Amino acid sequence: MDKGHIRLRVNGQGFDVSVPPNKLLLDVLREDLRLTGAKRGCDDSSCGCCTVLVDGTPMLSCVMLAASYPEADITTIEGVAEGDQLHPLQEGFCVEGGAQCGFCTPGIILVAKALLAENPNPTRQQIAEAISGNLCRCTGYKQIYASIEHAIKKLPVQPAEAVGRGD
Amino acid sequence: MADFSIVGKRLPMVDAPDKVTGRALYTDDLALPGMLVGKILHSPHAHARLRSIDTARAERLAGVVAVVTGRDFPNKYGILPIGHDETAFAVEKVRYIGDNVAGVAAETEELARQALELIEVEYEILPAWFDGEETMKAAANWIHDDRPHNIEKEYHHVFGDLEKGLAEADLAVSERFVCAEVTHAALEPHSTLADYAPQAGRITVWSSTQVPYYLHLTLANVLSLPHEKIRVIKPLVGGGFGGKSEVIPIEVEAACLSYKAQRPVKITYTREEVFYAHRGRPVQIVELTLGAQRDGRICAVKARIVQDGGAYCGYGPVTLLYSGALLGAMYDIQNVQFDGYRVLTNKPACGAMRGHGTVNTRFAFESLLDRVAVELGLDPAEIRLKNQLRPPCITVNQLRVTSYGYPECIRQVVEKSGWRKKRGKLPYGKGIGIAGSHYVSGAANSIIRGDMPHSTVKLRVELDASVVLLTGASEIGQGSDTIQVQLVAEELGVLPERIKLVAADTQLTPIDLGSYSSRVTFMAGNACLEAARNLKKKIFAAVAPAWGLLPEALEARGDRIVARNGAGKSMGFAEAAAVARQKFGALEAEGSYAPPADARGGKFKGAGVGPSPAYSYSAQVAEVTVDPETGQVTVDRITVAHDCGRALNPMTVEGQVEGSVWMGLGQAVQEEMIWRDGRLLNPSMLEYKVASTLESPEIDTILVESIDPEGPLGAKEAGEGSLAAAIPAVANAIYDAVGVRITSTPITPEKILKALREKEKQKARGNGGPR
Repeated sequence: MDKGHIRLRVNGQGFDVSVPPNKLLLDVLREDLRLTGAKRGCDDSSCGCCTVLVDGTPMLSCVMLAASYPEADITTIEGVAEGDQLHPLQEGFCVEGGAQCGFCTPGIILVAKALLAENPNPTRQQIAEAISGNLCRCTGYKQIYASIEHAIKKLPVQPAEAVGRGD
Repeated sequence: MADFSIVGKRLPMVDAPDKVTGRALYTDDLALPGMLVGKILHSPHAHARLRSIDTARAERLAGVVAVVTGRDFPNKYGILPIGHDETAFAVEKVRYIGDNVAGVAAETEELARQALELIEVEYEILPAWFDGEETMKAAANWIHDDRPHNIEKEYHHVFGDLEKGLAEADLAVSERFVCAEVTHAALEPHSTLADYAPQAGRITVWSSTQVPYYLHLTLANVLSLPHEKIRVIKPLVGGGFGGKSEVIPIEVEAACLSYKAQRPVKITYTREEVFYAHRGRPVQIVELTLGAQRDGRICAVKARIVQDGGAYCGYGPVTLLYSGALLGAMYDIQNVQFDGYRVLTNKPACGAMRGHGTVNTRFAFESLLDRVAVELGLDPAEIRLKNQLRPPCITVNQLRVTSYGYPECIRQVVEKSGWRKKRGKLPYGKGIGIAGSHYVSGAANSIIRGDMPHSTVKLRVELDASVVLLTGASEIGQGSDTIQVQLVAEELGVLPERIKLVAADTQLTPIDLGSYSSRVTFMAGNACLEAARNLKKKIFAAVAPAWGLLPEALEARGDRIVARNGAGKSMGFAEAAAVARQKFGALEAEGSYAPPADARGGKFKGAGVGPSPAYSYSAQVAEVTVDPETGQVTVDRITVAHDCGRALNPMTVEGQVEGSVWMGLGQAVQEEMIWRDGRLLNPSMLEYKVASTLESPEIDTILVESIDPEGPLGAKEAGEGSLAAAIPAVANAIYDAVGVRITSTPITPEKILKALREKEKQKARGNGGPR
């Protein structure tokens, strides 16, 4: 298929790429932008490993056409830390063992980030519901809850208007 | 009381920062200039002779660089020396739907797919076998000509005197258990990147493997290349669970394609291909008899196992032997008979999966033991304590047991779960059950027999006083890199930050057999300790003379070398290393581990599998709710106690134990590979039901530290042993809840409803209650 020019905004940075119109966002991120933090774990959008945030909302990049999101603000796992400062969620996954093999970790951190932006103090049940679309084969989820709850304790409670879209 | 500064702490995994920031690189994240995409043509038939393969049209397609078939690389391989029955691509026959027919390397994935469609294959369909018991009746058209009646291997073991044991029994119970096939479903699909450099005649292979060393050996065989022309590198692996513990077809196929294309080739499986590559836990039919005395002592165990292993050997005979060897060995039982058959069918090969070989027999044994307890009017927790081993001891099948925290595990889960208040006292529909399991801390005998150490590591102190740890051990998410760093840092008395780990690269790192049979902490861990001790010796020898002391008078702690006995002498590690370098030039040391001779088991056929330098133990209490109207089971809580010897990092040990329990629960109530005529009906993560957060219960984890005399600082395995007990604990809890025993996995609502209806019918006929 003929390539077309598209512009994407990923992790606050603009990118011009030339890709076929049927190319999936996941493949553009991984192959064209070399942002390999989003993973492909399945064939049918059932595992959650490819999750990215689109204007703050977790979405599965394996079933999105890159060309459809020229205006969107896309966040991948590579855009979560600020410089060398880990986000409290990332710190939580380190100190509480939420990342074993690490393959599901980027997706779960991004879903949790969106959850905490909406609800800074979720219950265990609310966390479970939020990340129920993200499979983990290593942990049995217990240390993932502990990792997210670590971040909840660390994150300052934000005034509502500061939550949501960046820049 | 041992005084440790780094071991025993809940340290983050050394690779965690990379994993949480997206910096972590897995095989499919790698790309090389000029890299081609590889795709595989799979057989649509379960059993067929290859009449012809015509690849001419595929080769002519622009953008296709190489096409390979079985004729190009006909050398046979297999993980076991007794089972070399695979080739990179089928040579004469295909033996399962999904078998490997041809490979294509092309400029893009789309072109590779198109090329596959242009390959013309003529098949002669043969009769196929799909059932483990039926396949043994085959009179002709055997799946492998040299395996008559499709029996890959059979073993017949008798320990003690079974007839005598049964004669002494006050109660003998028998049951037939059937366990469905389950698979690893690691979230990272298998991926291999191969780069053949034609001028140098060398190939470098990056692969998502648990066994880089075995992959190296297999590549040498398949490509007919000398060992020095091969380099295998294991990037991060996104979960293994045994599914990457033998060579998977794409690992050799990517290499074959790169060799022919003379360019880098990457193949990453689709999820559907992962399911067909499989190598998971086989269907096993377990016919089990237990004989018991009135006081609960088990005096006889008899098992007949038919294991439907699929179309190739793989680890199959090892799976079967583990089933027999560990069947009775966690208890003191003197009369055991085991008859096992590993048979071939026209389905993908099964292999090693977490808890390898022990899981289905444990479900059978612990379920039947529960029934024995009930029929004798004994507490199921007590009957397990009644049959405990008295270590140090040798089991009847010649397994050496050095440490044994099982009784303590039982006592702790009984206490923590409120077992005594709950068992038999919960309302109808609520139940509680107990079970145990055990596992090896590495196999005492390697796959390729010999006396080579199973693990070797090297340490090298750099100019900046960092310590490079070169290890062949394979981190697959279980945290083994972290454990090795902790052990070296502890023994060297330095901060963990000093240790720079370089792992699993067959050009740079010494041989380690791989991540399977829960061997890394025990074996690579002991090698790390030895290497660190040897390094310390060198440093002490260099530093001591200047202080007018003997080297034995020094110790390393707090990132310093200090004189014992308050001589007041002290030197920072970096300074001491510089002094030592003046004496030795390079400051290096190595350590290795080989299992001791008395841990290697008996001499009978099949005795090689089962022996381990140490065994872990687990006890679990499951609490369930069963809806008698729908048969739906909800596991409400698991209380688990795992004897890990010493918890070198309690956080990662708990993670391993919880992951094991959780995976066992999947097999207990929801996971199943559903086959019809050799075709998998649920080859996706939507249909093969791995539990999400919403189906996952509370797990209450207790670590029991039995401090093994030979384990590294007392440690034993933690990553597999707790899987098996979860299944019978749930089955026994279901019995406690609604009075029916389900003897097959997964325990689905349909099975429970059917059993409840059967029980009602029996009641109506007036012939008794639950058995």
